[in-house]
Amino acid sequence: MAAIVRLLLFAFLFTAPLFSLGSRNGFTINGRVKIPQGFATKGFALPGRMSNVKVILNGGQNVTYVRHDGYFSFYNVPSGTHLIEVVVMGYFFSPVRVDVSARNPGKVHAALTENRRGLNELVLEPLREEQYYEVREPFSVMSLLKSPMGLMLGFMLVVAFLMPKFVENMDPEEMRGAHEEMRGQGAPSLSTSLPRGARN
Amino acid sequence: MAIRSFFVPFLLLVLWFYSSLSPVLSLYEDQVGLMDWHQQYIGKVKQAVFSTQKTGRRRVIVSTEENVIASLDLRHGEIFWRHLLGSNDVIDGIDIGLGKYVITLSSGGSILRSWNLPDGQMVWESFLQGPKHSKSLLLLPKHEIDCINVVQTNLKIEKDNVIVVFSNDRLHAVSCIDGEVLWKKDFETESFETQQVIQPPGSDLIYVVGFAASSQFEMYQINARNGELLKHESAIFSSGFLRELSLVSSETVVALDSTGSILLTISFQNGEISFQQTPISNIVEDSSGPAVIIPSSVPGIFAIKINSVTIFIRVIGKGKLEVVEKLNQETAVSNALPISESQQAFALVQHAGSEIHLVAKLAHDWDANLLKESIKMDQQRGIPHKVFINNYIRTDRSHGFRLLIVMEDHSLLLLQQGAIVWSREDGLASIIDVTASELPVERDGVSVAKVEHNLFEWLKGHMLKLKGTLMLASPEDVAAIQSMRLKSSEKSKMARDHNGFRKLLIVLTRAGKLFALHTGDGHIVWSHLLHKSEACQSPVGLNLYQWQVPHHHALDENPSVLVISRCGPSSDAPGVLSFVDTYTGKELNSLSLDHAVVQVIPLPHTDSTEQRLHLLIDSDKHAHLYPKTSEALGIFKREFSNIYWYSVEDHNSIIKGHALKCKCTGEVADEFCFDARDLWSVVFPSESEKITATVTRKLNEMVHTQAKVMADQDVMYKYISRNLLFVATVAPKGSGEIGSVTPEESWLVAYLIDIVTGRILYRVTHHGAQGPVHAVFSENWVVYHFFNLRAHRYEMSVIEIYDQSRADNKDVWKLVLGKHNLTSRISLFSRPEVITKSQSYFFTHSVKAIAVTSTAKGITSKQLLIGTIGDQVLALDKRFLDPRRSVNPTQAEKEEGIIPLTDSLPIIPQSYVTHALRVEGLRGIITVPAKLESTTLVFAHGVDLFFTQLAPSRTYDSLTEDFSYALLLITIVALVAAIFVTWRLSERKELQDKWR
Repeated sequence: MAAIVRLLLFAFLFTAPLFSLGSRNGFTINGRVKIPQGFATKGFALPGRMSNVKVILNGGQNVTYVRHDGYFSFYNVPSGTHLIEVVVMGYFFSPVRVDVSARNPGKVHAALTENRRGLNELVLEPLREEQYYEVREPFSVMSLLKSPMGLMLGFMLVVAFLMPKFVENMDPEEMRGAHEEMRGQGAPSLSTSLPRGARN
Repeated sequence: MAIRSFFVPFLLLVLWFYSSLSPVLSLYEDQVGLMDWHQQYIGKVKQAVFSTQKTGRRRVIVSTEENVIASLDLRHGEIFWRHLLGSNDVIDGIDIGLGKYVITLSSGGSILRSWNLPDGQMVWESFLQGPKHSKSLLLLPKHEIDCINVVQTNLKIEKDNVIVVFSNDRLHAVSCIDGEVLWKKDFETESFETQQVIQPPGSDLIYVVGFAASSQFEMYQINARNGELLKHESAIFSSGFLRELSLVSSETVVALDSTGSILLTISFQNGEISFQQTPISNIVEDSSGPAVIIPSSVPGIFAIKINSVTIFIRVIGKGKLEVVEKLNQETAVSNALPISESQQAFALVQHAGSEIHLVAKLAHDWDANLLKESIKMDQQRGIPHKVFINNYIRTDRSHGFRLLIVMEDHSLLLLQQGAIVWSREDGLASIIDVTASELPVERDGVSVAKVEHNLFEWLKGHMLKLKGTLMLASPEDVAAIQSMRLKSSEKSKMARDHNGFRKLLIVLTRAGKLFALHTGDGHIVWSHLLHKSEACQSPVGLNLYQWQVPHHHALDENPSVLVISRCGPSSDAPGVLSFVDTYTGKELNSLSLDHAVVQVIPLPHTDSTEQRLHLLIDSDKHAHLYPKTSEALGIFKREFSNIYWYSVEDHNSIIKGHALKCKCTGEVADEFCFDARDLWSVVFPSESEKITATVTRKLNEMVHTQAKVMADQDVMYKYISRNLLFVATVAPKGSGEIGSVTPEESWLVAYLIDIVTGRILYRVTHHGAQGPVHAVFSENWVVYHFFNLRAHRYEMSVIEIYDQSRADNKDVWKLVLGKHNLTSRISLFSRPEVITKSQSYFFTHSVKAIAVTSTAKGITSKQLLIGTIGDQVLALDKRFLDPRRSVNPTQAEKEEGIIPLTDSLPIIPQSYVTHALRVEGLRGIITVPAKLESTTLVFAHGVDLFFTQLAPSRTYDSLTEDFSYALLLITIVALVAAIFVTWRLSERKELQDKWR
């Protein structure tokens, strides 16, 4: 939700016409890629550095790069419904469907295909950041305890020190009952739980 | 019940720990480079421009046949930046403008771009249109080069900023600053073909010369400032021209007449055209055959080639020609490089056996050499194809030269002072086929102890690791750990390992060179350029097959691969077979065939030396058996009636099934040649369907079990057949690009066809769908990717096919009593009872390639490897593409691992196997099983190469790399200590009890 709000905040006014009629049968699609400064980038693509922003029309039919201000153009595009994809490492862009038709030149008809949100102007912004690496959790006692060795140690400590306490505090009657039960079953729960723990 | 009440929460706690331990599938940032490697290439260099200003780093800007423009470090050959343009946006020319912009002309001269030299950021882009297609020429006034050499003169003329482009039959002058078109000029003459655009240095004139019709030479003189036509002259030469011109001065060109036997010196000084004819036989004795002009731009000198002899001819004065040198070896000539105001230098590279000879000369003085060196060159690099020259001023103010050489194997080398400064193996940017090979078995005497030095070192390493896990390590320690992990000598050892992670990847490149890459770190173990023979001058590599994989009987033999190449560009040119030893890279044998190779069928049979039998189908539908031994023939005869194959005729939408008939009925008796007969054919209606994709299962794929146990204890049997073919057809209208059709007139039909009988087992139509279709077939399922025009999104569909005839084997009693039909023979000719399940999902990205993981035994669950349009490889669990997914799975289904249905497939950034890297220009993904069942090796290639190991169900059969042995040791020590402590405590307690 916060991301969407941020996206809306960064949506800029866009004045250049989206299409212009070429001299031959083709049209020109103009647009802009904006990577909001609000995204905390982690080294993949620094905001403002747009040299590796690739814009792809119709799954590779045309490929272009953006200028330093984020603008890009596709020339000589025939009329029809087209798909524009933006590739920047570290960001997830939704593909955009763009309708180009001779009937209403200059009119924008574009929509994100991921969430069907319409666009008033062809300003493409990332939907979210992409984090390619798992983040190492900082060291904590819990993570150590969670490791198989930690579990082993913890279990040993429990059995060695807590168990006698429990046994001591136990009612002699109950104790006798438990002993009998154990004799009957042969310490069931431990033996079933151990191999599970060891599988880690 | 205190014990029970204590144990229950404790067990729950243990269980919770266990469940929360679920190890992550993806990578931590510090694990990059441990199991994966990434190599960046650019491809064969077409054009190179040096940028060696005093300020800034020295670079060379190159454009390549892979359609890359790149800026390379002149000192080390590393890539500063690189851009891969679209496949229909071919680069026509590059240059450097104002010393800080890289100018590229592409798309048949219609797109002119300017890139910032230091960082590769696009500065501007211009779209140049014109009346019709023509040759594209890019011309930048060469002032900056003069500026470097004549530093004192500060040339700052306005027209410095003008780029002259001739493209689409129109001359444009474009501002170098912002890409604005200053003026443009059309040429009215019908059928005028421009050959050269010339701007004499220091003048305001532009000459445009070319041919009209076939025998008319045209010259336009244009004012460079405003595009005004100053003069137009034309002259007719009755016997016509060959379409090539060589520029010898700013007002003289040399052409050949249409027979290639007369040289024409055409000068257009002051706008007057004059011809001067010189028959080649007059100046060159013993010349035979037509000559070809080698394009060059050395003033006063041009080169022609007769047969394989290169002849350099100088133009003296008024059209007089003089031969200066004849060279018999393969020679490459560079363009001229102005080294001072009046002098221009150029370089010649000749190939002579194991050496190459470099010569740099001044254009006006052929006899004096500025540079003459011989450099030893690896024979496997072939002959030099291109040379680019650049100079520098030595400390003693003399000129030094560096040469950039492109070799036959597409490698790029920088030579300076008689040595190779750096080399790049850019042939690896165009891989056409890959296969894997084992490494040699480790010999006795090399033990693990030698690798790990000694126990102390080993422990020290693990203590460091422990420190790392406990986050106690200092930055130096972290660096030490990282380098220790990366440098692990185990990784790149030249011997087989227990887990089968170390292998050789044998790759065949477009240049016809084989490389063996080590999977550990990607280094090149050996390389081998396919030999040329008398019969075949230019073999074109096609495919790689594993020829001999010794593992049982013939362990002392080295494994070998079979390289199939074709002798020439046409598809019915005769084939060439080469057999290459994968341990040494030596060519064992080479066969020039007398027939073409259209299709290769590796048979599932090997002879006693473990050579695999291959059936080669030629263009006349004859099948040829290899190896040509009587033993192979014996094996083949036994399987004669069980060999079926199919062929796809794309252009008329027919799939045909074939089987063998009898021995060839030719005049020459060849017992290894067989006639084929057509068994069946599937003809798709050509007005409504066009074949776009055909996929079969990989031949070496292992399937662990045929049964699939459902949640309700039900069993389904997978229909597993090696003879299934997936075919996708689209409407002919919809075979173009997205956006060219409406949903109503486009559809996609998917078929599953049995290739033995030609029976269509399943057919499904997707209305409003369009290609391109990418598909992958594995076990009993096929997944394909296409475009849905109605939703305007990409879609992925899965089809799973199950065998119904075995469904009644569910009864356990039947199995026990042996009344099942599981072992009964199956004939594909009996009508199979199959059911299919399918489902479709949206997928966000365009796809370049799809592959599936493969493991040694096929037990591990599968992942799809999707090469996205962003040149990344995404690993997607097959469970996401399970046709049994439903919106609300039952509890039992959830336990089975069925994921609730969503309309689109998730893209989890952490599951990109290429993590933060890009495999630029991705073309293919290959998976190779490791010996360890959980692990598969993944190799993705394009312009870049990427390799990694993948464990689709996590490494359940071995300890992970980050397992801490030190922690284990400490735990054991602590446990032993605790045992002693408690023992002492309990003894003491007992004693106290006894005293009480």
